[in-house]
Amino acid sequence: MVAAAAREIRDGELVFVGMRLPLLGFAVARALHAPRAVGLFENGVIRDTPPSAPIITMGDPPNIAGAVACTTLVDVMSHLQWGRVDVGFLGGAEVDRYGNLNTTWAAEGERRIRLPGSGGAADIAALSRRTVIIMHHERRRFPERVRYLTSPGYGTGPAWRETVGLRRGGPSRVISSLGIFGFDPASCEMVLESVHPGVTVEEVRSQTGWAVSVRPDLGETREPSRDELDVLRRFDPDGLWTG
Amino acid sequence: MDKLMPLDEAVARYVQDGMVIAMGTGLESCIPFAAGHEMIRQGRRNLALVGPISDILFDQLIGAGCVSHVAAAWVGNVGAGIAYNFRRAMEEGIPQPLAIEDHSNLTVALAVSAAAQGVPYLPTRTALGSDIVRDHPRVREVTCPFTGERLLAVGALRPDLTVLHVQRCDRHGNAHLWGNLGISLDAARAAGAVLLTCEEVVADEVIRRDPNRTLVPGFLVSAVVVVPYGSHPSPTQGYVNRDGPFYDEYHAETQTREGFLAWLDRMVLTTGGHAGYLRRLGDTRVAGLRPRAARLAVPVNYGF
Repeated sequence: MVAAAAREIRDGELVFVGMRLPLLGFAVARALHAPRAVGLFENGVIRDTPPSAPIITMGDPPNIAGAVACTTLVDVMSHLQWGRVDVGFLGGAEVDRYGNLNTTWAAEGERRIRLPGSGGAADIAALSRRTVIIMHHERRRFPERVRYLTSPGYGTGPAWRETVGLRRGGPSRVISSLGIFGFDPASCEMVLESVHPGVTVEEVRSQTGWAVSVRPDLGETREPSRDELDVLRRFDPDGLWTG
Repeated sequence: MDKLMPLDEAVARYVQDGMVIAMGTGLESCIPFAAGHEMIRQGRRNLALVGPISDILFDQLIGAGCVSHVAAAWVGNVGAGIAYNFRRAMEEGIPQPLAIEDHSNLTVALAVSAAAQGVPYLPTRTALGSDIVRDHPRVREVTCPFTGERLLAVGALRPDLTVLHVQRCDRHGNAHLWGNLGISLDAARAAGAVLLTCEEVVADEVIRRDPNRTLVPGFLVSAVVVVPYGSHPSPTQGYVNRDGPFYDEYHAETQTREGFLAWLDRMVLTTGGHAGYLRRLGDTRVAGLRPRAARLAVPVNYGF
């Protein structure tokens, strides 16, 4: 999943990195195929090199040491609001068929479960030129409609973003633990593009809360290369994010 | 003016029940845990906490029964995800019901920025279409008077008090900060009063030698307290690294209410102060959090 996330970053792009797995994806991309990518972090950090040592969160000292700039949240998010950020990374408790994310309220049966909330996710979802969503794939995490819309994808479908006043953006990919999805430009719905090695389409369908579309030329996700694995081990030596 | 005072005195003087307090504004760094713990020890009640990503400090204050309101974008555990006291308060009203004003990082930052600039609101394009801003007490949809576009107006949120932990300052409160700054600067400008805790107090001359690094001017500051390791377990760049395992231990220990109360008793209520808190952590652990090597900036020349 980290390697797949890294491949979504193109060379020279301005990337809103976010938390956890994408931290590692950015480090991999920067070390391999996107040496001119620049990362923005909502705490105020701008980096054009991987962190100086393995980190758990964006606020860890090795992410500050060697940064290009350390500034404020509003300063960094002004680049996002201006429209300069090419790609932002997101995750959540739930994602639905239009790529809307919920990180606020979940449920176990009748019981409501309060999650930590948006953080910067709603901002990244609203303002990036495109977003990439990383999710653990389980049926309860892939409902037809999110219970609470924290971070907007394509809302209720075509033209929704324009109608609510969003000028750009929307999800381009969902990288799940079972496969990789794109979005159909006409319907704005998630479409299965590839399954990870050893995963079947039936498995994806059984873990998805709606009748998910599958691309006719469905492929198999490329395994991480030796180079990608080497970088992963360098930045996640304890296997904290990659098991 | 000399504003130096001990932590217990600063909290006794400047933190009252029912206040709106901005804390944890650094976003994962320089979170003023020591000051928060003193508020718990002094039994403050019905605080309204403001912060984008609050670290586990908000969770601790909520669990200790000090908090009735939170305005935040994220309340959790930066190491382990879920914050159990926040969940118990939101889901079951334990130890008391909690009213939350949900935000995104940018909307809460703009609410504080509006207060910092002395204006009633600031416009933004963020969060349009999100359920966060539906029926929100501080966010309204507006039409731009210039372009006719649909925008959100984020109303000013003025804290009574902002608490910051900084690397160094002089006894007047002129503070040098470096590393990621989050919304700390606007939070200081927006507040009725500022309480600074710092790793070290330095001579006035040290501040004046590098005025670009003075990001909080002393005229905003009411109290200065020297509290080395005052941000533990969060990092303070150049002084203290993150205590990563602490977040996992806290997560495991506070899963039940009983577990949290035992943690609170051991790490806050019976420590007598921050020095006692550090003794509970143990000398080896505390010493191990110091940076292993210095990374000094090249000096800049202010000559004329």
